Amino acid sequence: MGILDSKVPTGPLADKWTNHKNHIDLVNPANKRNIDIIVVGTGLAGGSAAATLAELGYNVKTFCYQDSPRRAHSIAAQGGVNAAKNYQGDGDSVYRLFYDTVKGGDYRSREANVYRLAQVSTNIIDQCVAQGVPFAREYGGLLDNRSFGGVLVSRTFYAKGQTGQQLLLGAYAAMNRQIQRGKIKSHTRHEMLDLVLVDGKARGIIARDLVTGEIERHSAHAVVLATGGYGNLFFLSTYCMGANVMAAWRAHRRGAFMANPCFTQIHPTCIPVSGDHQSKLTLMSESLRNDGRIWVPKRLEDAQAIREGKLKPTQLGEGERDYYLERRYPAFGNLVPRDVASRAAKERCDAGFGVNKTGEAVYLDFDAAIMRYGREKALTSGMKDADDTTVRQLGEEVVEAKYGNLFDMYEKIVDQNPYKTPMMIYPAVHYTMGGLWVDYNLQTTIPGCYAAGEANFSDHGANRLGASALMQGLADGYFVLPYTIGDYLSDDIRTGAIPTDSPEFDAAEADTRSRLEKLMSGKGTHSVDYYHKKLGKIMWNKCGMSRNAKELQEAIDEIAELRADFWENVRVPGTADTKNQELEKAGRVADFLELGELFAKDALTRNESCGGHFREEYQTPEGEALRDDENFKFVSAWEYKGAPKDAVLHKEQLVYENIELKTRSYK
Amino acid sequence: MKLTLKIWRQKNASSKGQMVEYPLNGIEEDMSFLEMLDVLNEELNNKGEEPIEFDHDCREGICGACSLMINGRAHGPGSRITACQLHMRSFNDGDSITIEPWRAKAFPVIKDLIVDRSAFDRIQQAGGYISVNTSGNPVDANAIPIEKENADMAFNAATCIGCGACVAACKNASAMLFTSAKISQFALLPQGQVEANERVQNMVRQMDLEGFGNCTNTGACEVECPKGISLENIARMNREYYSASVKG
Ligand SMILES: Cc1cc2nc3c(=O)[nH]c(=O)nc-3n(C[C@H](O)[C@H](O)[C@H](O)COP(=O)(O)OP(=O)(O)OC[C@H]3O[C@@H](n4cnc5c(N)ncnc54)[C@H](O)[C@@H]3O)c2cc1C
Ligand code: SF4
Ligand code: FES
Repeated sequence: MGILDSKVPTGPLADKWTNHKNHIDLVNPANKRNIDIIVVGTGLAGGSAAATLAELGYNVKTFCYQDSPRRAHSIAAQGGVNAAKNYQGDGDSVYRLFYDTVKGGDYRSREANVYRLAQVSTNIIDQCVAQGVPFAREYGGLLDNRSFGGVLVSRTFYAKGQTGQQLLLGAYAAMNRQIQRGKIKSHTRHEMLDLVLVDGKARGIIARDLVTGEIERHSAHAVVLATGGYGNLFFLSTYCMGANVMAAWRAHRRGAFMANPCFTQIHPTCIPVSGDHQSKLTLMSESLRNDGRIWVPKRLEDAQAIREGKLKPTQLGEGERDYYLERRYPAFGNLVPRDVASRAAKERCDAGFGVNKTGEAVYLDFDAAIMRYGREKALTSGMKDADDTTVRQLGEEVVEAKYGNLFDMYEKIVDQNPYKTPMMIYPAVHYTMGGLWVDYNLQTTIPGCYAAGEANFSDHGANRLGASALMQGLADGYFVLPYTIGDYLSDDIRTGAIPTDSPEFDAAEADTRSRLEKLMSGKGTHSVDYYHKKLGKIMWNKCGMSRNAKELQEAIDEIAELRADFWENVRVPGTADTKNQELEKAGRVADFLELGELFAKDALTRNESCGGHFREEYQTPEGEALRDDENFKFVSAWEYKGAPKDAVLHKEQLVYENIELKTRSYK
Repeated sequence: MKLTLKIWRQKNASSKGQMVEYPLNGIEEDMSFLEMLDVLNEELNNKGEEPIEFDHDCREGICGACSLMINGRAHGPGSRITACQLHMRSFNDGDSITIEPWRAKAFPVIKDLIVDRSAFDRIQQAGGYISVNTSGNPVDANAIPIEKENADMAFNAATCIGCGACVAACKNASAMLFTSAKISQFALLPQGQVEANERVQNMVRQMDLEGFGNCTNTGACEVECPKGISLENIARMNREYYSASVKG
């Protein structure tokens, strides 16, 4: 296994976590008071970890770049969070959640981690309800569930279309309680710019106060990175504007391996791109696929007429529409996993059936659902002979109760009423399954440096099923990391406070300063966004929804060139000793320019198609992904050696003891 | 579209600010208001001037970061909308648009259009939580059934995004709508009952300490709130506060 020790405990799968917890070293409560932990990031993963670590008695310092922990991007998650509660009695179980997740990830995730995730998933809901998270409920007062893409049971808990917000507010409230108790010191509007290692161990960070520009040193016995995903590499994505890879990349440069960087999820139900000045893409929750039917016109002429505005979608009858997901995948229909749904939409649009001006959109149609719900509602309200108008109105009310805020959001952006005309959707970059390599304890290859939530690579393999990122973030933060970190910290009870005036801190600070100066001194001609957009175009065109060797090689060369140009010609106005958003962006884009190249390199070495990674050379005659388990059943973990082209690949072979590897089929 | 923007520029908290006028061309209807500002910033940047700083992150109306006073209205024209959700189709060619930061004593300006809203965090820290241990809870979630109506009301209160538009819209710069939304969420849930008295007293005390004004029932907050947080929450908070004071 080389230098990658996954530390997966031995023994039967179902007992691994319990056994592990029973045997890892604990820190005595009195000693926890002498131990400091830095948590960078206050999203679901960081917020929950910080609150729990503080609850356990450690001294916690949190960092986030927003003005309040509550604004971390977890806030934007719409659809829901999974848990194997089987409240609906539809046959769900820990094993089934585990199985769906491993299969959905195209057998590229670590079995033991996923099993643990499924096990602790039930605690998450108990925990959050106790904290006052207002999940949706049925009339009997019990929790309601719905189902999500890629699974056939209803295991998703939700709070209308704002599940992420409600869960994050729960974690934030738990943090607030610890802030009030003096156990968490919260640093907002602070950005981590470097990781500090002392004797090979993570012992602190260099951060910049984004208001005063001051460079600060913070020390701790361990550092947790919960800094989210790096999808903004593509410029246009569903991420928030500030999402970045900086903290993870700085750790990578200091020795943490970067795993599976090319595994990116493209989400099928986003609002299509409208124009050149667009700054971000907006997701329409996947839960809409429970009720919406996806289609494009059957005939090319009709698609063209729609694009030219001569024909309305509502004028096409059932027989003139191609419900391509229902046609190709009868078993799962509109509920196939995201990678499958995204590729199918691209395939139809590439073939000329796209329905918006740019030809890059398909329909998500609620008409059938509105009528179905309307009829049901009419019957249950005793209106046996209700006319179509009444039925439609009743149906619209039901759909509004379920998805109202999503429909409003769509209407605000697109200026069309989705109750009356089908929504237009197209795939967009949404989630990065890659991230820092971590072992079973969530420790990176740097001792004392941990990664949680979207920032690590561990649980989703090559594709993430819906409602499982929130689950993973909270599982890591509330239930996994607080235990496993004790194993490492038990050696530190006599260490005492870590000084910040050591040569290591001096050196890291000096590095950071010279980097900032270099960014500020460019006498360049181009803005940061200019480079970011260029990078995004390369990524989307050559490393996007489908990839091939030739274009990946081109991408590698083009990104390296762009990076050189950036350092020569970028222009950052203003000064470094004040709030300076251009400087903040510049630092982030500089790291994206390195990550992008490693991303393409990773995709180039993986000669197979799996999940979100689709190599055109490797597909079945029907155009489905063709995995190569013989040669690629591994996690790629890249070691930093200077320029991305010199990065060294390490492989963690994946072992499946409990699941038979099958071709994924949703037919 | 051709526009004239009048924008508040202020170097930092201690310096004096002023309105500066910027002409802007080539704005498309499909752009969001913030994308329009991106275009202006790109222009300023190309001229070697400092771009205008404003808070934003999610750009989809949920993080609560964006905070622009547009033509005198919090988050601009339209109801139930944040500045990032506002699109340029709401404006006309040739319009002149003023853009200012939230103005309230408890929200000092940091730079240009960015203000410091950490007072909201401190109100939450004063009691906006349920004191349950975070490291594992054995009670099954369905062991706490909650009437759907209450769950929905709690959810509605919980949808507050902490943007501060209520404060900015209020002539007294009162934070009652925000604080009451938080208090309501917990007051409506069985889990929140145990600490209800302390919670309302502590949060209201903190709100006053932060220097927010009093509520005179003008209702501007409800009108400008992007999430439609209702004034009923203020009434509920007042009831909670009264009953807590009686109990002492
Ligand atoms: C629109 C949308 C909808 C989604 N819907 C769902 C859903 O329905 N179900 C689901 O399971 N998942 C969903 N996801 C995915 C899920 O929301 C995310 O994967 C998850 O919330 C990530 O949480 P996190 O805690 O890892 O990171 P984040 O919430 O992104 O938090 C990152 C934190 O790191 C901080 N940070 C970053 N860099 C630095 C730095 N250098 N210095 C200091 N601080 C830093 C940020 O300030 C922030 O606090 C959705 C995602 C999006 C974008
Ligand atoms: S009550 Fe409304 S206006 Fe006030 S902070 Fe909350 S969401 Fe914003
Ligand atoms: S940027 Fe998040 S609400 Fe406007």
